[in-house]
Amino acid sequence: MPTNENEKKFQHPVNANLDHSPKKAMLLSIIPGMGQIYNKRLFKGLILFVLFAAFTVMMFEFIAGGLQGLITLGVEPRVDDSRVFLIEGILALIFTTFYGIFYYFNIQDAKVEARRIRDGWRPGTVMENFRNAWDRSFPYVLIGPGFMLLIFVVILPILFMAFLAFTNYNLYNAPPRNILQWVGFDNFIRLVTIAEWRTTFFSVLSWTLTWTFVATTLSIGLAMFLAILTNDKRLKGTRIIRTVLILPWAVPGFVTIIIFSALFNDNFGAINTDIILPLFGTTIPWMSNVMWSRIAIIMIQVWLGFPYVYALFSGVLKGISDDWYEAADMDGATKWQKFMNITFPHLMFATGPILLTQYTFNFNNFNIIYLFNEGGPAVRGQSAGGTDILISWVYNLTFTNSQYSMAAAISLILGLIVATFAFFQFRRSRSFKDEGNF
Amino acid sequence: MSKLFERMQKKQLTRKQKSKIEVAFIYLIIAVMFIIIFYPLFWAFAISMNTSSNLYTASLSPENWSLDNYRWLFTNPRSDYLLWYRNTLFVSTVVTVVTTLLVTFTAYAFSRYRFKGRTYGLYAFLLLQMFPVLMAMVALYILLNTIGLLDNLWGLILIYIGGNIPMNAFLVKGYLDTLPKSLDESAKMDGAGHFRIFFQILLPLAKPILSVVALFNFMAPFMDFILPRIVLRSPENFTLALGLYNFVNAQFSNNFSRFAAGAVLIAIPIATVYLVLQKYLISGLASGATKG
Repeated sequence: MPTNENEKKFQHPVNANLDHSPKKAMLLSIIPGMGQIYNKRLFKGLILFVLFAAFTVMMFEFIAGGLQGLITLGVEPRVDDSRVFLIEGILALIFTTFYGIFYYFNIQDAKVEARRIRDGWRPGTVMENFRNAWDRSFPYVLIGPGFMLLIFVVILPILFMAFLAFTNYNLYNAPPRNILQWVGFDNFIRLVTIAEWRTTFFSVLSWTLTWTFVATTLSIGLAMFLAILTNDKRLKGTRIIRTVLILPWAVPGFVTIIIFSALFNDNFGAINTDIILPLFGTTIPWMSNVMWSRIAIIMIQVWLGFPYVYALFSGVLKGISDDWYEAADMDGATKWQKFMNITFPHLMFATGPILLTQYTFNFNNFNIIYLFNEGGPAVRGQSAGGTDILISWVYNLTFTNSQYSMAAAISLILGLIVATFAFFQFRRSRSFKDEGNF
Repeated sequence: MSKLFERMQKKQLTRKQKSKIEVAFIYLIIAVMFIIIFYPLFWAFAISMNTSSNLYTASLSPENWSLDNYRWLFTNPRSDYLLWYRNTLFVSTVVTVVTTLLVTFTAYAFSRYRFKGRTYGLYAFLLLQMFPVLMAMVALYILLNTIGLLDNLWGLILIYIGGNIPMNAFLVKGYLDTLPKSLDESAKMDGAGHFRIFFQILLPLAKPILSVVALFNFMAPFMDFILPRIVLRSPENFTLALGLYNFVNAQFSNNFSRFAAGAVLIAIPIATVYLVLQKYLISGLASGATKG
């Protein structure tokens, strides 16, 4: 290489190497490792080269095949399984992304190091470099295992779901018997143009939003009310009271929902036979009337949901200094004023983001809808029951009606709603603002 | 003078009385809450002690209570209850240990290191924790089928761990952020390595939040029936929730007392763990909440 000669000629007093070109290092890095060798990091360059070469040789066939399969989704029915093609295609996409990221970093690394060499920096011994590399990559080592798992267990299925929404996978067109086709936005278009789909979709969506808002807000309200009551210093036995109030959370939810579903049963449920019938002389159709079902489900969810928030609030209330209240008393503040100006802001400030997760939780609270009466009762003219929320509707479409593509399309809409809502709320919340200038 | 004193006393008395009435009201409200909380739990317990397994003829009075249903669960050859309990404990334990470890590593990196891609990683975690694993149910089913982990407890464990990471990592990161950075910086000055700082300084301080995370993860498999339902097929692989659900799903009113007995036995270990860790739990929750 000519650099050796140049280096001697232009030796700068502060040992800067004005002739060492970052651009050249970048260009050389098109073959991974070469730029590093140009930077006199022979060892590093060789390792990079070998790693990239090995990855390319090993994965090329898989990636090329996978990407091709992702486009065709198979050719021969019964031989080619479109689902496997989809999965392999997504894996190929993920590997390609990784390859691209590493490739980019390889070029960036060569450039940055070349620039530093030009400005007078000299790489140390192999041991020193190794230690530096270890220090810098330590956070990645920490994150690595969890991140890998996330990719395969969470991201891969979500991508699969997203791709599925653009195919025509249903009961009559199912691999491996048939080959799937890409159908573009057909599923989404059908959802809003075909009358039966449209009415079902919008009625389920509006109930989902109502349910989320009412059930969660009631839980939070009850929790706040009880937390303030039990924080009263005149009370005795608060430890026991707190423990009992948190009890509904300690008992597994599916157990209590099944118990409630027996209690609310139209015919033999204890709520009808022991409470409503003796008091009012009639029974309430908790399971077979849409409105009563909804009321029952909301009540049950408040029972299930308030303890967690209550525990949160109790912890925060304990931490509010008495000085605030004493100062307020001096100024002659009423109870309501103290609540509005001291207690409430403290609670919201401390628990805001977690309260939001309560809303997103109920938005997708499959368990209670399904276990109470499987989303029922049936409603005429639509393919979902009266209490079905989006996610339980998706479950029915998947496992009872085998409308896989439609289910995937609705899941995608569901995911987008949740993601946008939560994302903007989180950005606005304090915890993420702090993060910026941490 | 004495008149004024009298009036003051009177006012004081009424204030005292007012306070007493207030406290009585608070107790009354708490009593109502106690009834609402205990009624369904007691009802289920009473049903589980009934000899008749039929809901129509079951009675709540403790006169002729017996342990027949419990005995049936443990001794009847047709009952898989013990097997389910063992399966669930196995899943819970593995999930708890692995998740807590992975989450702690991840949260430590996000809280204490500044590295390329950190902000993107945080955003990604934030987004991912919004997506319930359930949303991709068909995909999970087909994926596990392809790699041969369908109807296998390890498949279930994998999904639990993966799904739990983002949210728990955020919880732990929020807690670690509140611990003073000067602690680990001074340790670094003294020449402590990455792992030493982590294990000897941060880990002991993070104990409260870690016990919360461990508890969440331990309880999850006991409470969840839908993922096992998608993943597991054969009754000898069932977890408790799925097994018990199938009890009542098959013939609701006839098996209910057996379901109730099984449910009581689930609630006991969970409530126990919960009560033991209650102190950690509430403080951990609150500190996790102050910084999402």
